Amino acid sequence: MSACPFSKASFPMPRQCPFLPPQEYQQFQQQPGAAQVRMWDGSSAWLFTRYDDVRAVLGDNRFSGNPSIPGFPSLSAARNAVLDLEPAFIRMDPPDHGRHRRMLTKEFMIKRVGAMRPRIESIFNRLLDEMLHKGPPANLVEDLFLPLTSEVIAGLLDVPNKDHGFFQEQSRLKVLLDVDPSIPKAASERILNYLDALVTERAKAPEGKEDLISRLIIEQVRPGHLSHRELVIMAELLLMAGHETTANQMALGVHSFLSNQDQLALLRNDPSLLRNAVEEMLRYHTIVHYNAFRVALEDVEVAGQLIRKGEGVIALIAGANHDPEAFEQPQKFDITRKADHHVAFSYGIHQCLGQPLARVELQVVFATLFERIPTLRFAVPQEQIEGKGDHFVQGLETLPVTW
Amino acid sequence: MSNNNYILRVTVDENLCVGAGLCVLSSSDVFDQRDEDGVVKLLQEYPDQASYEKVLGAARKCPSKAIKVEQVNGDAP
Repeated sequence: MSACPFSKASFPMPRQCPFLPPQEYQQFQQQPGAAQVRMWDGSSAWLFTRYDDVRAVLGDNRFSGNPSIPGFPSLSAARNAVLDLEPAFIRMDPPDHGRHRRMLTKEFMIKRVGAMRPRIESIFNRLLDEMLHKGPPANLVEDLFLPLTSEVIAGLLDVPNKDHGFFQEQSRLKVLLDVDPSIPKAASERILNYLDALVTERAKAPEGKEDLISRLIIEQVRPGHLSHRELVIMAELLLMAGHETTANQMALGVHSFLSNQDQLALLRNDPSLLRNAVEEMLRYHTIVHYNAFRVALEDVEVAGQLIRKGEGVIALIAGANHDPEAFEQPQKFDITRKADHHVAFSYGIHQCLGQPLARVELQVVFATLFERIPTLRFAVPQEQIEGKGDHFVQGLETLPVTW
Repeated sequence: MSNNNYILRVTVDENLCVGAGLCVLSSSDVFDQRDEDGVVKLLQEYPDQASYEKVLGAARKCPSKAIKVEQVNGDAP
């Protein structure tokens, strides 16, 4: 990337525009093979930014997602601290990965999640009623999106309402990358301890309960397929992935519509664009923007680049989703484009398990929000609304609106 | 996809399936998920021609490459 052939670009690199991937990705995409980047700890990794190459890496199980394997790239010391504490199944390789994931797949089946839609609509409408009753201005992240996504996933796990504020705050701290590692580590420990107590309590009498944790205790823990600790880590993953990510995507989706009024008009005139609009916002923002890190388990060639066993690889889904070969004019937010081949939920065996739920939640929000509040607009000058920048999950700290 | 000179045969590998559900979103008349574990269930080995584009899209999108679509000559049995 740099003019000097002996220097490497650093990863991650800052965004020039808070709502678009770093411009360097476009330059990388024009070069053959992979780029080498330098990580914060001085190590190197191979960076893939083209759609086909990213899918090739993520679809190849000779690349491992297990961060404890030497050579796995490190994003930051703070991120390491969290990864060390939580060996969740998303960081396992086959066959352990499949065994764990399959304990959960039925929970997020299309038909099962589809059946949750009326409940999600009712929660969202209730939260909207409360917000409208209070009157403008409002902060959509705090007043609508975090409460919605928290209530949905907490309902699935039967985590008490009174604790939503607690896990929202710990999740926020957990995704910080550029802070003292003790901060995300302590946040992670607090959630794990909380869920440890909850699982212990639930295990006393799980029979006849409707929640996912009770089901896993009966179906997996009691017969010895899953340990207590593994269930705690699984619950933590679901709780965290279930609310923080989706709430961020909602906020960014609203931001995209409010700053692209032509697209909002399109959606208003033709509600059948809703599903496509949701896919486009997933593509456009690719909120888990540093994913996905891998390490080669053997020598593998991708796009003409030989990756040696033990070398780290970053297959950037944010690059793939902005590759002009896969999406024409990728920097344009265009809800009419065909976008559903995006890799915002990643690709390969680790692709997001909860994506059907995220889609339904997003569809509910964007089917309802602008219809119920047609005059919704930013409450502050647009340039004051800032992206979360270097968080592990891209989003908005606040989204002040009025109507 | 509308020419009549070939037919498509779909096969699924249940062991590879990771239950992402994209195939059901693409074409729910061809793919479903097993109630007990969310694993892909093939409803039509020889889908209607009208579904070809969606079925091919499902195979391309499947994150674990559990769906194979092959072109076969002759008529569906």
